[in-house]
Amino acid sequence: MTVTGKISAIRGAGPAPAHRRRLLDQDWPRLLRAGAVLALGQVFIALSGMPVSFDRRLLIDPVLSLGYLSLLWLPLVVGYWVGREQVLEGMAAYTRGGRDVAAGAIAGLLGNAGLTLLVLGITHFDIRDPLVNWSPQLLDILEFEESVWLGTLIWPAIGAGTGALGGGMHWAGSRTSRTTVTVLLSVFGTAVLESVITDLTQGFHVEAVSDWLYGPKRGLTYPAAIAVAATAVGVMTGLAAYRASPARDGRTTRGNGAATVGGSESARPAWRRMPTRRAMNLVLTVAAIVVLPLFLGRLTNELLANVGLFILLALGLNIIVGLAGILDLGYVAFFAVGGYSVAVLTSPGSPRFDPEIPWFGALFAAMLLAGLAGLFIGAPVIRMRGDYLAIVTLGFGEIIRVLLLSDWLSGTFNGAQGITNVPGVEVFGLATVRGFEPRSVLYLVLVFCAIAVYVSWRLENSRIGRAWMAIREDENVAEAMGVDTVSAKLMAFVTGAVLGSFSGAILSAKVGSVFPHSFAIIVSIVILVVVIFGGMGNIPGVIAGAVVLIGILGGPNQPGLLQEFAEYKILIYGALLVWMMLQRSEGLIPNMRRARELHIDEMNQDVWLRAQAAADDAHNEGGNPRGGRL
Amino acid sequence: MGVESPVLEMRGVNTHYGAVHILKDVDLAIYSGELVCLLGGNASGKSTTLRTILGMVKPTTGDVVLNGQVVTTQSTRERVALGVTMVPENRRLFKRLTVGENLEMGAFLRTDSDGIATDREWVFELFPRVKERLNQKAGTLSGGEQQMVAIGRALMARPQILLMDEPSMGLAPALVQQNFELIQQIHEAGLTVFMVEQNANMALSIADRGWVLQTGRVVLDDTAENLLAHPDLQASYLGTTEK
Repeated sequence: MTVTGKISAIRGAGPAPAHRRRLLDQDWPRLLRAGAVLALGQVFIALSGMPVSFDRRLLIDPVLSLGYLSLLWLPLVVGYWVGREQVLEGMAAYTRGGRDVAAGAIAGLLGNAGLTLLVLGITHFDIRDPLVNWSPQLLDILEFEESVWLGTLIWPAIGAGTGALGGGMHWAGSRTSRTTVTVLLSVFGTAVLESVITDLTQGFHVEAVSDWLYGPKRGLTYPAAIAVAATAVGVMTGLAAYRASPARDGRTTRGNGAATVGGSESARPAWRRMPTRRAMNLVLTVAAIVVLPLFLGRLTNELLANVGLFILLALGLNIIVGLAGILDLGYVAFFAVGGYSVAVLTSPGSPRFDPEIPWFGALFAAMLLAGLAGLFIGAPVIRMRGDYLAIVTLGFGEIIRVLLLSDWLSGTFNGAQGITNVPGVEVFGLATVRGFEPRSVLYLVLVFCAIAVYVSWRLENSRIGRAWMAIREDENVAEAMGVDTVSAKLMAFVTGAVLGSFSGAILSAKVGSVFPHSFAIIVSIVILVVVIFGGMGNIPGVIAGAVVLIGILGGPNQPGLLQEFAEYKILIYGALLVWMMLQRSEGLIPNMRRARELHIDEMNQDVWLRAQAAADDAHNEGGNPRGGRL
Repeated sequence: MGVESPVLEMRGVNTHYGAVHILKDVDLAIYSGELVCLLGGNASGKSTTLRTILGMVKPTTGDVVLNGQVVTTQSTRERVALGVTMVPENRRLFKRLTVGENLEMGAFLRTDSDGIATDREWVFELFPRVKERLNQKAGTLSGGEQQMVAIGRALMARPQILLMDEPSMGLAPALVQQNFELIQQIHEAGLTVFMVEQNANMALSIADRGWVLQTGRVVLDDTAENLLAHPDLQASYLGTTEK
C-alpha cells in the first residue's frame, strides 16, 4: 500500500483535471478478477453450510434469515471494493458517478453467477461424498424453494443489486454511505444479538423492550426493524450536527495541535489539562466497569467473565510474544498448570492431597508452580530462535496436556476423567464465587484483570520492559548493550506464566472441574490470535482483541455473543487473521503514539517524494515528461 | 601516551569456534585517547576479535584486559559496565523503538540519571539531527541518521573505549565519508576508538595506528602513515576497497 498510498498523497501538489467516464468504460480485468473472487467466496460460503444451518434463524421476522444474509454481505463488500479506485499521480482523476455503481453491479453479477453454477451443479451432479453440504437442503435455499430457473436467474440479479449498492456507496458521498452502513449494521446487529439484548433488558428490568423487538422466532419484527433503522439515522444525524456545531470547534483544533510533534510548544496548554482529564476518564471507566455487572443478566456476565479470562491469558502471552518477541505456541501449558494446581489442591474429588486448602492458598501454589513451569519450559528454548523455538514451545504445550492425560500421573490428575468438585472461591468469608453466579465470577476476574493490566503496564515501562523490547528488536545488540538476555527472557516466560496461571486458577473454580482436553493446542492458538489481532506489545490492543474475538465469537470452549456461529468460529478466526495481516498488520489498536509517529514519518516521506518529483520535473524540463520513471 | 597502562589489551588470545582456530596469539594494546584500527579481509577474524573483547565468545587461552583488570571470565554485561561499548556492523538499531528509547538502551546499565541526561545533551550537541528525530521510530530514519543514532546510542554508555564494527559497511560512498568524519569528530571529543574495518585507505586516513589481521594472526603493526606506505598492505589482503 505504501508506495501507491504515498503517490496518491502527492496529488495535492498539482490539481489533476476531473473527467467523467462512461458507464462501461471499466477496468475489465479488475472487474473479472473481483467477480471471480466473489464467485469463489460465495460458493465457499454456500458449501461451508452456513446458509443451511442458519436458515431457521430469522433476522427480520418473515423475510430474512441469517442463512440468506450469509450470502448477501459479500457482494456488497466486493461492490464497494471495485468501486474504490486508487488515484495515481499524473493520471486523470475521475468524478464519482454511475460508473462506480455499474462496476459494483457487474462484479456482483459475475460473482453470483458462481451460485448459479452451483445450483446447476447440485441439480445435475451428486458429489455429496466429499462435500457434505452439496445437499438438497442447500438447493432448496438457493432456489427459494421454487424452481431451478428461479434459482439460476435470481442470484445474479441479487448480486447485481447488492453490488450496485456497494459501488454506489462511493457515489453517495461519505455521510450518506456512512449512514447506510450504520443502519444496516445496527438492524442486523440488533437482530443477531437477540439473546444478549434480551439478557440485557432482563438485567435492567425492561423486558417489554425485547418482547416488542423480537418475534416468536427470535427475529426482529417489521416495525422493530424500522424503528431500529430510524434510531440509527437519528443518532447519525445528531452526531453530524454535533460535529458541525461551533461548540466542538475549539476541541478539534486543540486535538490537531497536540497531534503534531513539531508543534510541541503549541500543545503545552492541552498537555497541562491532560492529567486531570485522563484521571477523570479513568475514574469514570472504572466506576462503569464496577457498576455495570450489577445490571447485566446472567448470560452477559458469563460472557464477560470469559472475556476476562482471555484478557488475562492474552496479557500474559503478550509479555512473552509482544514484548520479549519470543513466539510461544505452547502458552496453554501455563493455563493448564494454573487450572490443575487449584483443582488438585482444593477439590475433595482429587485423588491425591487430601487436606484441601482454600482457593487463595492454592492460587499461590499455582503461581509458584506456573513460575517453575515457565523456568522449566523457558530454560531449554531460550537459546533457540525463530522457527525452532516456536516448534519446541508447541511441543512443550502438548507435553503438559499429555502428562495430565497419562496413566502414569493419573494418581494425581485422574487422567481423562479430570478433576471434578472443585469448590468455589471463598472471599475472606464474605462471599463465595461460584460458576453458577456469573456476576461474582466476573468481579473476581475483573480484580485479576486489573492486577494484570497494572503489572503489564508497569513492566512495559520499566527497565526489564525496555530490555525485553530490545531483545525483540535485536538480541545480539541488546546483549552488547549490557542486557542479560538469558535472565531477561526467562523472566518474560515466568511473568507470562504467572499471569496465565491466574486465568487457569479462576477457570477451575468457575467451572468446578478441569479436564485435559480443555487445554488443547487450539487454546494456545486462540490466545495468540487474540494478541496478534489486538496488536502485539500493546495493552489496550490486547484487551480490545479479547473483547472483540472472545466476546463476539467466543473462546475455544466458551460461547460468544454470536452463538449461532460457534460451528464456524475457527473459520472466522482464520479469515479475520488473514485480513488483519494484509490490512492492518499492527493490530486492531496499534500503539497510538507509534501510529502518530508513523503518520508523521509518512508525511515527511511525502514531502521528500514531492521534492524529488519537483526535481525530476526540473530535470526533464521540456523533454520526456517523466514517462515510466516511477 | 603509551606511558600509562592501556585501556584495552588482548594478551596472547586464541579463540576457537568449535574445533576451528580463529584467533591465533593476538596481542593488542590500545591507549587512552587513541583512534586505532584493525584491518583485515573477509574471514580474517576481525569480528571475532570484537566478540572476544565483548565476551560474547570466550578465548581458549590468553586474556582480555580492560583498564588493567583481567575480564576474560566475565560476562558481556560486566564488561559493558566496565566501559566497553560497541557500535555494531550495519548500525542495527532497535527499529521499532523510538530514537529516544534507542539512546536509553545505550545507557541500560547506568543508574546515574543526571549523568545520563548530561550525555544525552552531549549526543544532541554532536548530532543535532538526532534530537529532531527523537520521537520517531529508529527504523524510519535514513541511513546517515541511523548511523548517528547508532553512535549516539553507544556514547550513552559513556564508554572508556568505543568499538566500531565495520563502520563503512552497507552505506553509500557519500555516507561512508560522512561516517568517518563522525568517528573523527567523536575521537576529537576525547574518546578512545577501536575500529574494525575492511576499507583500509579510509580507516588509515583517520587512525593513529593500525594492525592488519590475516587468517587470525596479526601480521602488521605500525602507525597509520607507515601502514599506508607499506607495500605489503595492499598485497596482504585486499587491494583497495575504494569503489
